[in-house]
Amino acid sequence: MPFLRALREIDPSRRSVGPMQLYLPIADLPVNVFLVLAMGAAVGFVSGMFGIGGGFLMTPLLIFIGITPAVAVASVASHIAASSFSGALTYWRRRAIDPALASVLLCGGVTGTALGVWTFTQLRALGQLDLMIALSYVVLLTTVGSLMFSEGLRALMRTRRGAVPPRRTHNWIHGLPLKMRFKRSKIYLSVIPVVVIGIVIGFIGAIMGIGGGFILVPVMIYLLRVPTSTVIGTSMVLTLVTMLFATMLHAVTNHLVDAVLALILMVGGVTGAQFGARAGQKIRGEQLRLLLGLLILSVGVRFAIELVIRPEDLFTIRELGVSG
Amino acid sequence: MRAVLAGLLILLLGASAQAERLIVSVSNHRVTVTPNYSGEELVLFGSVEKDAATPADRSAYDLVVTVMGPRADMVTRRKEREFGIWINTDYRQFLQVPSYLALFANRPFDVITSPEIARRQQIGLNNVLLTQRVGGDYADVVPNDAFRSAFIRLRTQRGLYREDASAVTFLTPTLFRTGIPLPAEVPIGTYEVEIKLFANGALVGKTETAFEIVKVGFEQFVATTARQNGLVYGLVTAAMALMTGWMASIVFKKD
Repeated sequence: MPFLRALREIDPSRRSVGPMQLYLPIADLPVNVFLVLAMGAAVGFVSGMFGIGGGFLMTPLLIFIGITPAVAVASVASHIAASSFSGALTYWRRRAIDPALASVLLCGGVTGTALGVWTFTQLRALGQLDLMIALSYVVLLTTVGSLMFSEGLRALMRTRRGAVPPRRTHNWIHGLPLKMRFKRSKIYLSVIPVVVIGIVIGFIGAIMGIGGGFILVPVMIYLLRVPTSTVIGTSMVLTLVTMLFATMLHAVTNHLVDAVLALILMVGGVTGAQFGARAGQKIRGEQLRLLLGLLILSVGVRFAIELVIRPEDLFTIRELGVSG
Repeated sequence: MRAVLAGLLILLLGASAQAERLIVSVSNHRVTVTPNYSGEELVLFGSVEKDAATPADRSAYDLVVTVMGPRADMVTRRKEREFGIWINTDYRQFLQVPSYLALFANRPFDVITSPEIARRQQIGLNNVLLTQRVGGDYADVVPNDAFRSAFIRLRTQRGLYREDASAVTFLTPTLFRTGIPLPAEVPIGTYEVEIKLFANGALVGKTETAFEIVKVGFEQFVATTARQNGLVYGLVTAAMALMTGWMASIVFKKD
């Protein structure tokens, strides 16, 4: 990966500020504007192609170029908010958002986000935040990645053989109480799993700096049987609100949101997403899922390697604020 | 008139009954760090003024300059391998230690003075007092303590702690200068500069000066707002995200 190697070359210890360098006020280091813009565009391209927020790629990339995981997670939240808002607006015009389903999801999402930011603060005080971020990435991404990859592989083989996909059947989730009718999605469903999914997505989103679309969409399709016509638009609304809320909470409690960094990422991201979306339409669904699974899996493995190999320096310093 | 001025100078510099007087100044008492600041060097210069009480045979002087940035509490953590992965296990808290620390001299510290005086006068990074919280106690530890040396090593890597025994140059036997390098990420605040004069291994004179580092520009405004008005900052960032998303959906609107 020459790109990653190029990223590594911006050695934070040199800290020289060249002509196109910009000093990030919260991350506290100078970066090349074009590099961050390109990163935003690249991730935006991928996210547009797969219809996801791309936080699970953006946060690791920022960590790899030397931004502390805490600042990366907090700043990416606002970047995802921007890209999901532009996406949500498009889906809203197409009437591809289920407002009732979105509201129930949000009840859980907002609670989960608050819990997530609280846990984030506690872990940071204990000095275990970076570890937990890395561990969550390993566990979540390798699991979801391999599931998606194998599922994509199976679907691909099915189409090769010309077999029809298995018919959708009702599962245990449809036996739960507190049922509610979601008109636009044309489903009749218990609110319990919807709220729980919202909480889980909000929680991991706030800790890991991801929108969670890549988990939410499959879960909504396979577990809740939400039709594909409303699933992406509705999940974007959840991402939008939880990420806006996470931005607010991270800004108020931990003061870690780097607005300058976020703005560059947003501009790059929303632009890249447009081209990604066009590219995505040219690739078939199964192949797309296969590629996405592979991508997610490799990010997870990358984090796992980082945890297992001996770090260059065993010691780290954290400043607890200058007095006076 | 001249006598009055000289008298004032003596008062200002706090000259005691010592035989030598040190007169120093820094090239800039207020360093402004702009967004594209990439580090600069401040120059400290001064002279050793002898008076009637100075022994006639004293000619060779040694000088040690200590620059200390604003103090802060810091935590140093150590990773250990557990369950096959590297995690933070042990930590030490350093209390009110300088965020920037530089020690300069005209020749190696151990040549200038005895180890005993060096320790008492905190000459050299190994002798500077770095208080740690050890259990319920506050104390500095031996220089080769793992956490202490790791702390100094990491700060040195970032250019925030430094020791240079050849940075001070004597232009004439009594006129000296030294550069104070300030890297791009210098902490803002008041920096104290302590200048100690040695002759034949003994401390014969001492004076102090200070300078201030202030950050200006948009970045500093952002950083200050983020710390002091978290709510407003969060709202503005959220609004910015919405604006960007909305603009994108207009600019790239299909059809």
